[in-house]
Amino acid sequence: MDLTPVLSLSQVSKAFGAVRAVREVSLDLYPGEVHALAGENGAGKSTLVKILSGVHRPDTGRILLDGEPVEFAGPADAQQAGVAVIYQEPTLFPDLSVMENIFMGRQPRSRFGIDRRAMREAASALFTRLGVRLDPDQPARGLSIADQQLVEIAKALSRQARVLVMDEPTAALSGNEVARLFGVAKTLREQGCALLFISHRLEEMFELCTRVTTLRDGGHVATDLIADITPDDLVRRMVGRELDALFPKQETDAGEVALKVGRLTREGVFTDVSFEVRRGEIVALAGLVGAGRSEVARAIFGIDRWDAGSVEVGGRRLRPASPTAAMAAGLALVPEDRRQQGLVMDLSIERNIGLAGPAAVRRGPLVSRAAERSRAADWAVRLRLKYARLADPVDVLSGGNQQKVVLAKWLARGPSVLIVDEPTRGIDVGTKAEVHRLLSELAGSGVAVLMISSELPEVLGMADRVLVMHEGRLVAELPRAQATEETVMAAATGRSAA
Amino acid sequence: MRLEPARRWESLILVLLVGVCVWASLGVDGFANASNVSFLLLDTTEIALMALTMTLIVVAAEIDLSVASTLGLSCAVLGRLWNAGLPIELIMPICLLVGAACGAVNGFLVTRLGLPSLAVTIGTLALFRGLAYVILGDQAVADLPPAYTGLATASIGPLPLTTVLVAVLAAVAAVVLHATGVGRAIFALGSNEEAAFFAGVRVKRIKFWLFVACGVMAALASLVYTFRYASARADNGTGLELAVVAAVLLGGVSIFGGRGTLAGVLMAVLLLGVVRNALILADVANEVLNFVTGLLLVASVLAPNLGAVRRRRTPSPVEGNSAP
Repeated sequence: MDLTPVLSLSQVSKAFGAVRAVREVSLDLYPGEVHALAGENGAGKSTLVKILSGVHRPDTGRILLDGEPVEFAGPADAQQAGVAVIYQEPTLFPDLSVMENIFMGRQPRSRFGIDRRAMREAASALFTRLGVRLDPDQPARGLSIADQQLVEIAKALSRQARVLVMDEPTAALSGNEVARLFGVAKTLREQGCALLFISHRLEEMFELCTRVTTLRDGGHVATDLIADITPDDLVRRMVGRELDALFPKQETDAGEVALKVGRLTREGVFTDVSFEVRRGEIVALAGLVGAGRSEVARAIFGIDRWDAGSVEVGGRRLRPASPTAAMAAGLALVPEDRRQQGLVMDLSIERNIGLAGPAAVRRGPLVSRAAERSRAADWAVRLRLKYARLADPVDVLSGGNQQKVVLAKWLARGPSVLIVDEPTRGIDVGTKAEVHRLLSELAGSGVAVLMISSELPEVLGMADRVLVMHEGRLVAELPRAQATEETVMAAATGRSAA
Repeated sequence: MRLEPARRWESLILVLLVGVCVWASLGVDGFANASNVSFLLLDTTEIALMALTMTLIVVAAEIDLSVASTLGLSCAVLGRLWNAGLPIELIMPICLLVGAACGAVNGFLVTRLGLPSLAVTIGTLALFRGLAYVILGDQAVADLPPAYTGLATASIGPLPLTTVLVAVLAAVAAVVLHATGVGRAIFALGSNEEAAFFAGVRVKRIKFWLFVACGVMAALASLVYTFRYASARADNGTGLELAVVAAVLLGGVSIFGGRGTLAGVLMAVLLLGVVRNALILADVANEVLNFVTGLLLVASVLAPNLGAVRRRRTPSPVEGNSAP
């Protein structure tokens, strides 16, 4: 490429106290390329994004715009220079319409104030340019995350953005939505934008990107042409060591039935769902986002009410709509939304681990602080948690370590049935392998595991059996031998499976 | 040494408390003697009692503004029943039940109907006070049994008996909040109700009983109040909720829930009491007293949040999970 990069980072470093978050990293973004930024959690990706977007100023090194050194004193400067960031979960004004969100603060004006017609036309033109259909007059409240991201992208375009940074945009999207986003990304690439794409899903990088820069521990490891490397190469660059096989499910003999769900129905959400999970088994619940998988899990655990059917744990029927009853019966749920449902972010690591089971650390009616701490420390070691102090709020941990805290909270209770909802979403490859090994060990020790996952490789690698949901119904049950990408996807999209 | 934010705030309140005491001892006539200290402690009894349960409820991210009206209603019931000739030993438990009922009304509206406690308890603030006037009108019942009015003002040395009551109940509240599973659950649900629910915390049940406890405590405070002034009136304790909430927030409890300690609140109760007492002794007008209480209230809400704003500007060194 003999072009000048639109935006370059040259040997930038940034430290927070003693932590050197980014060390002498260089990155060139050329017009018309989609550049992937790879690295585990804590590798420095977010810090780099914040430097690009003007949130942080680098301690050393330079930022070059069209080859000329610039300084971003704040996000406004970066925006002015044409850098826009699309976050995983955009923050729109929910009560304003789509077009008002796009043109916030820069509304087209006529003599009588805001020119809504011009604004509507401009918004439509932007959507046409992106090749998507969205109603400019629709309020932002109620838009899916995918649509909200498109609004953010349109907003960026309306500001003549030339560099678009996408920070894990696909983490919360379904398959179709990812495909549409990739369509938009490719359109932008052809129109000469430079895109920086961050994702934990390797296959996405290989599908969309032309080059990839890998960070590890804040340092620059390599920048490769995607065509020159394999996913295994990339994983090696990210973790700096060989990983075991990613999905190490051990073969186990299934024991007696631990969880039995009979014709469970919640009106308008899921219908007639029946299945069993045996001790020692890992059963995956696959399907597209919105198929009703998480909702089934929530109902089983008593978060939501069910309208008909039954749930039995270890042969005993469960009282509906009571998490306490579910827990007493031996159920545990690692929920989908770690930050909102899995953890109390302000509370300390030890308090979070103790939250589901103060019983084990009680002395009479009182909680023993020493027992609470030693139990938390014990689980932190067993799950190889990386932390500074157990009294630190969980907020300071990386995503993967936060997930370990959620797991510790439940494992400390010694559950007989463990339901995990997207257990490895948004966590780095290294921790992901650890979570997989852990689930496998748990099954090996006789726990019945029900795993909801949107990642097919994870489903296929881990599960003894695969249940597939489509539009609120269980449409297929595939033993390990018959579960392939084709059979699962066929069932999940409503084409008959077998 | 680096202190936890909560400890730092408590230390600040302690320093302020000591500072104000030193200043008042040196500069205000009549402050530093046993009878004034005794009166000062006695005078903070009702606020201290109600601040105990208010602490728990604010940590749980709710609020009860109806406590002073519950106190008034309980006073009115006491006066009416005393006039009707019931024995005081029977009236007192009835008053506590009235308090429990008031708390249950708040708790029901908040937990079962899902209404915000701020709105609910502003409503019941007016409702309970109105009911108090319906029951007792504007008469004052003053011929209360001397055995009890004497007890309410009795003291052991300079230490009022009611302060012993406060100390015992404060110890109970502190243990509940800081050393039991329920206390752990209160912090968790005050910080993130959804995550607490997902961890099996009985969110609604705990909140309901916290409101009931608030009501009972207000009724207990009403007994102390009535006997102390030897006067049961429907307007007893009007406006006290402001002082209670001020003490709780000044004591470092976050108005957003999930943070706070009982020790901090007790020191804040004392601080407010000392400031008030010293200003009265210094002949400062009542309007100024309210101004000072209001100022401390605003400062106590503002100060921790200024800290939060500063923290937000200095980003955490650990890379988060790509959250914006």
